[in-house]
Amino acid sequence: MSLMEIRGLHKSFGGLSAVLNFNFNLEKDELVGLIGPNGAGKTTVFNLITGVYKPDEGSMVFSDHTLMGLHPYEICKRGIARTFQNIRLFRDLTVLDNVRIAFHKDVGYGFMSAIFRSPAFFRGEAEIEEKALEFLRIFKLDNKRDEVASNLPYGEQRRLEIARALATGPTMLILDEPAAGMNPQETQELMQLIQWLRTEFKLSILLIEHDMALVMGVCERIYVLDYGQVIAEGKPEEIRNNKKVIEAYLGEEVN
Amino acid sequence: MQTFNKTWTRFLAEAAVLAVIFTLGQYAITTGLLNQYYQINLNSICINIILAVSLNLINGFTGQLSLGHAGFMAVGAYVSVIMTNRLDFPFILAVLAACTAAALAGFIIGVPTLRLKGDYLAIATLGFGEIIRVVLQNIDYVGGPSGIMGIAKLTTWAWLFGSTILTLVVITNLINSSYGRAIISVREDEVAAELMGINTTRYKVLAFVIGAMFAGLAGALYAHYFYIIKPDTFTFLKSFDILVMVVLGGLGSTTGAVIAAIFITSLTAALQSFPAIRMILYALILIIVMIYRPQGLMGNKEVGRKTLARMWGEKK
Repeated sequence: MSLMEIRGLHKSFGGLSAVLNFNFNLEKDELVGLIGPNGAGKTTVFNLITGVYKPDEGSMVFSDHTLMGLHPYEICKRGIARTFQNIRLFRDLTVLDNVRIAFHKDVGYGFMSAIFRSPAFFRGEAEIEEKALEFLRIFKLDNKRDEVASNLPYGEQRRLEIARALATGPTMLILDEPAAGMNPQETQELMQLIQWLRTEFKLSILLIEHDMALVMGVCERIYVLDYGQVIAEGKPEEIRNNKKVIEAYLGEEVN
Repeated sequence: MQTFNKTWTRFLAEAAVLAVIFTLGQYAITTGLLNQYYQINLNSICINIILAVSLNLINGFTGQLSLGHAGFMAVGAYVSVIMTNRLDFPFILAVLAACTAAALAGFIIGVPTLRLKGDYLAIATLGFGEIIRVVLQNIDYVGGPSGIMGIAKLTTWAWLFGSTILTLVVITNLINSSYGRAIISVREDEVAAELMGINTTRYKVLAFVIGAMFAGLAGALYAHYFYIIKPDTFTFLKSFDILVMVVLGGLGSTTGAVIAAIFITSLTAALQSFPAIRMILYALILIIVMIYRPQGLMGNKEVGRKTLARMWGEKK
């Protein structure tokens, strides 16, 4: 049984079919890429999986439970975390607070404990802070813990977003163009980070990326989306030579 | 355990400071050092602090633009007066009933309206606030448009001081906890908050209910100080007054809300000597502050223990 199985997923906005009959499988510990030209519907797929959009048709099953009709926060609790194409941090909050929020869903003290400052509150807060700092250390952000998130340089904002997603304790991580706006050096580091995270946190990863060096470098399997439909699926080397994919990206050959 | 003990020491020290302030206030009032005029202003300041701080929880921290705060204040005022004036319950029960009723009204109004965003929510809450007022206007049991007169003056300095501190402590403790961070994350980015496992609807309603509850408390204190309540006191203009305090203080700053509540209440009182140009001066001052401090007096910063400790350290 796959970790995630999507069958016949369909979503249209008005008359436009953004995602058409989307079928998808993700095995445990697999690292899969989703590529396609601009506007192919990649981010829509992510929004459907994470509950931001409600699908019109189809089925989504994640570790034997359906994801259909769940709110995003419930999907997060099932173990799916994501980052965004255009970084969505809590901009006015500190780096530490950004990560601490991820632990709220498992908060160890009650509402009344918070208001009356019971011992449970202090224990719970200390625990949350310790766990959050651990993630900041992993992502080399611990020296910036009290910095406001919007003041961080771009690359660090990206890292913070990944740190925050991982802090929710997912089994599946969804990365929406993690290398966007990064230079080759940073992309290289990101590739190593992704590989490392995957083994360290036993993650299954699904990523959208335009940087082909990264996609071909880390992904074990690739889905290619064009006009909302999967036009190809396979190992990186198969995708590289697939005629349909080349056409989708470069157009048809003129004779 | 060490942080826990340190907290207790700090708590006792702060309680001592508050006790001193309270005793000084009580002394000034009983000896007549603070005359009737200043007492009324002090009363208004306390009530406005409660209103501004509780509205700031909704508008500033949760980022949900609510314009119905006067409505919840009205619920609290009327329920408490019915309890004391008509049913002869003790004041404490009347206050508790006022808070409960306002919180309930907040829940009933919050659940359907908080699905809306921005301007739509503002208009919906504005409408609900007015509905509450119009309903009160048409109930003969509470005197209709002329309201209820002859309310016993039960709001003492102890009630005012205690309620203000309670409001500040509850809201500050809430905000500086994981629940508070969840509430703030809704303001920062609702989609991201949802995907971090935060049930955003739940926290919006929670903030709304708590805000309404304290508005009810303020209403009860108000009613039992000024002898008379009538629906006209709780028009949407009253909601705007509170909103002005919140925006002037800085959205998302409890300290700012307190400072602005004190400032505006005192300003209104001071300007009463110039009845003709009162509203012009009031508006001018607000415009000037907004030009030079568009983020509000405090922005989203707080003056708390840390700031005071730092200032103290520098002096040494």
